[in-house]
Amino acid sequence: MKHRGGNIFLSIDWVTVLIYTVLVILGWINIYSAVYDESHSSILSMSQRYGKQLVWIGIAYAIITIVMAFQARAYSIFAYIVYGLFIIALVLVLIIGTKTNGARSWFVITDSIKFQPAEFAKFATALAIAKIMSSFDFDISRLTFPCIKNMLKIAAVILLPAGLILLQPDMGSVLVYASMIFVMYREGLPGYFLGLIVLVIAVFISTLLYPLTVVITGLLILAELGYFLYRQRIVETAISTGVLVVLFGIMWVTNHFVLHDKFPLDRILLASALVWSALCLGFAYVKKNWAVAVTIFILMGSLIMMFSVDYIFHNIMTQHQQTLINVFLGVEIDPQGTGYNVEQSKIAIGSGGLTGKGFLEGTQTKFNFVPEQATDFIFCTVGEEWGFVGTTIIIALFLTLIIRIMWLAEQQRSAFSRIYGYCVASILFLHLAINVGMTIGMVPVIGIPLPFFSYGGSSLWSFTILLFIFIRLDASRDEQL
Amino acid sequence: MKQYNSHKIYNISLIFIIIMLTYVVKLFCIQVLDSQYKMSAESNVFRRVVDYPARGLVFDRNDKLLVYNESSYDLVAVPNKVPPFDTVDLCNILGISVEAFKAEFQKAVKYAPYKESVIHKQITKQRYSYLQEKMYKFIGFDVQERTARRYEYNGAAHVLGYVREADQKFIEANPYYKPGDYIGVAGIEKSYEEVLRGKKGQKIYVVDVRNRIQGSYMDGKNDTAAVVGKNITSTLDIDLQMYGEELMRNKIGSIVAIEPETGEILALVSSPGYDPNLLVGSDLAINYPKLLRENFTPMFNRAIMACYPPGSTFKPINALVGLQEGIITPSSAFPCNGGFSIGSHVVKCHHAGSLDLVPAIQHSCNAYFCYEFTKIIGDKKYRRADSAYSNWRRRVQSFGLGVKLGSDLSQENKGIIYTKDYYNKFYGEGHWSAFTIISLSIGQGELSFTPLQICNACATIANRGYYVIPHIVKHIEGQDTIAHRLTEHQNTGIDPRHFEPVIQGMRAVCEYGTGRSAQVPGIAVCGKTGTAQNPHGKDHSIFEAFAPMENPKIAVAVYVENGGYGATYAAPIAGLMIEKYLKGEVSRKDVEKRMLDADLIGPLLQNMKQDSVKAAAKKL
Repeated sequence: MKHRGGNIFLSIDWVTVLIYTVLVILGWINIYSAVYDESHSSILSMSQRYGKQLVWIGIAYAIITIVMAFQARAYSIFAYIVYGLFIIALVLVLIIGTKTNGARSWFVITDSIKFQPAEFAKFATALAIAKIMSSFDFDISRLTFPCIKNMLKIAAVILLPAGLILLQPDMGSVLVYASMIFVMYREGLPGYFLGLIVLVIAVFISTLLYPLTVVITGLLILAELGYFLYRQRIVETAISTGVLVVLFGIMWVTNHFVLHDKFPLDRILLASALVWSALCLGFAYVKKNWAVAVTIFILMGSLIMMFSVDYIFHNIMTQHQQTLINVFLGVEIDPQGTGYNVEQSKIAIGSGGLTGKGFLEGTQTKFNFVPEQATDFIFCTVGEEWGFVGTTIIIALFLTLIIRIMWLAEQQRSAFSRIYGYCVASILFLHLAINVGMTIGMVPVIGIPLPFFSYGGSSLWSFTILLFIFIRLDASRDEQL
Repeated sequence: MKQYNSHKIYNISLIFIIIMLTYVVKLFCIQVLDSQYKMSAESNVFRRVVDYPARGLVFDRNDKLLVYNESSYDLVAVPNKVPPFDTVDLCNILGISVEAFKAEFQKAVKYAPYKESVIHKQITKQRYSYLQEKMYKFIGFDVQERTARRYEYNGAAHVLGYVREADQKFIEANPYYKPGDYIGVAGIEKSYEEVLRGKKGQKIYVVDVRNRIQGSYMDGKNDTAAVVGKNITSTLDIDLQMYGEELMRNKIGSIVAIEPETGEILALVSSPGYDPNLLVGSDLAINYPKLLRENFTPMFNRAIMACYPPGSTFKPINALVGLQEGIITPSSAFPCNGGFSIGSHVVKCHHAGSLDLVPAIQHSCNAYFCYEFTKIIGDKKYRRADSAYSNWRRRVQSFGLGVKLGSDLSQENKGIIYTKDYYNKFYGEGHWSAFTIISLSIGQGELSFTPLQICNACATIANRGYYVIPHIVKHIEGQDTIAHRLTEHQNTGIDPRHFEPVIQGMRAVCEYGTGRSAQVPGIAVCGKTGTAQNPHGKDHSIFEAFAPMENPKIAVAVYVENGGYGATYAAPIAGLMIEKYLKGEVSRKDVEKRMLDADLIGPLLQNMKQDSVKAAAKKL
């Protein structure tokens, strides 16, 4: 173990700081390229976004100094106060905030000084959650009265800011709070609980967003994967997958060549899934393998839920209600028709190829082909100019950072620091997953920034504070806060 | 420490890694395996052409065209596609100076050099045909067809409203609108903006490097067709409207005419008005500030925004409240000795003798209504004056007085009728009585209503107890009905039988009383004169009327500012409006000529001129 003396410089985790710095610099380079315009060549031009972002980065480092200057204990002591302050800010912004793009999310002081409290509320909530969950005897691992009470407490701490942000409305920022489920899982929430919650939400949302074929396929893969992870029996899993594929193959061929596509694809898939499930249940009965039975029952439950959601949405709800739900899910209604923005985004990323077109050589991420190209869609610039190599490196960097944070969190002596660390990792991951997923069309278009990358002071500073509070806590990892 | 959970880091990490691995696989597919995206990128120069729908037309109740569209053309350009060209030639065709043109072009360069911007708007047909011939010389330019609004008549401006380009602030709040789009900013154009505007369409074309169209993008899958705006039939009778405007020429004030049974507004005159064609296209920028500076505020819609004390036109309302509350019966009489005295103060009356209800309305007896009001406010049922007052106020408001009527015209004024709290605060609780607020009995004091409200109250009397919220739109193309609130009955809660004596009184006003000049041969007109006290000058002349007495077809309110007694100007004008509407033709040419010739603005201007001369002389 490293020597951890009084000098804070020696106890800082420099690996994390290094990854942070690299991400911020790469982000700036891509913003420069996205906004680049031959008629403005000065890097420091304050009229351009890259000039401004350079200033935001400078201020971010000043913020880091301030964050590091506090005692680690201070963050634990003032956790609730900070949380309270940002709840007040979230209330205020609904009253005196300025409406842009249909959401009341900004305090506008002057044209260039703006402030988005929802961004900062993330670290404040993380502090409050860490504080509440680190209290002595905090247990959420069983379904007993005190445990459920604890779960409700956390739910309240999360839902208060989430609800206020929903009123703005800013669906993207609300969604981030869902990441806290990982923190709860780490701190004792049973795995099946996490799995079931995620499954219900996933089935519900994906039924609304994707064709039934995709959802059924996804559920089948999940069933196989879930069983494999639980029992780790590779032969059983492989054989059952093989049976499933063969069943589907036979049915598809019969339908296509004999029945001349009488049934649609989702019916064929469903039929093969049902026959397969029956075989699995038979196997479970013979071998007394209850894990298989449970898996199949969960699969059946999911399929029933999928069909009821699909039926209610398409056959019972009116057009207007459907639109409302789409808006609520954060699916932006595209004025040009279906998925025009996502198509442009995919064209930009796809045109990058293996190694990209090179710095400043991108054409699709300029001229506004891609919307919000310096903010929410900055990943398109990476994809276009740096290619598959670039996108993979960025994803790897983020993943390294996130896993490093969780690893550091496990080293903490104080529960507060550990839980806060998991909050940071989860928030960063959710941002990464939604932002990148939306640019490649795997997640609906939800306005949410890519941490450290996207243009904008509020988002850069809030992620910086979020991360460096943890680095500060980690620097005092042996203290009992 | 909850060490027993520390293995979960592996599960969480695994979940994170699996999700990111699927992303990397997807990226590998679209970036390396699939070449479709590279090809799309190369041909990915789209040109989006907005398809502007024609704005809906507006007709009057007899299907006469009021508002229509005329073709006009906008010159657009993509700045970085424009090679050097003969600027002078183009400017000559457009009829603008080279400097102005260059300024506009620079603006477009600054906005977005690779995007299409409008350089010159609303080119007329003649200039457009010249331009068309020489268009081949101006590479990078294009002409977009737009429409300009035109108004068939030079009146009804306040009702119809006008359109103008949406400003930046509005566009930010309403993403449907883009710079250069037009929106209705007043009258029907504003209230029914969403109906009239239709829906813009968009076509996406794939173009080559030289910006030549190569075909539509994805076979037009993403194109949307424009939806033409819907036509609207107004409730206005344009002949009556124009006649009213003529009668109000050289006078300040307004006329409102309503069909009582339906609440349909037949005419809504605010004088002085303006010609709506002044605010069309590029003329708007020149004429709008001019109209704002003009004397007597022609842009101000007096009919729905100006508040005046109702004066004696309010007496029928007070009579009805008294009848319903059981304070008076039609045969109750109060003594009048030329007035009603409170201490040394006397509310004067122009006749003498003890009167009951019908003659009291006919003679507009102040004393009668003062007595009645003291009994309403002093009603034992309510113990205290302020609760009796509140009840009276509620009854008055049930006629739509002192409340926003909620018509489909924007900027309607609410009028004034204070709550009891106002008087409690002003005089102290329990320190005021009917005598303190006696002016209210004869429609003076702290009462103030718009001409629309008074006309609506008159329509309520005509209907014997209910009104329909006055409205300006009768029918919208493709819709069976207009908004429900504009068709349902608003009941006053006053028994229909109480209306008969009041209406008899109003009939007597026109037969033998103060409103004889509103009499129309062969039609039973019921009316009531009023004189609104004006602290700034001569009193305002008011008249409310409806006709015929049975099955009323029209209710009118006329306001002539500085016109003196209600009988002088307002009554004859109301009579002429009724005659015009019910008979289609005015037979009493002498009355008509007298009203048309009356000039009340001339002397006012004279006074203003003298005042300014005096002020200038003082300065010297």
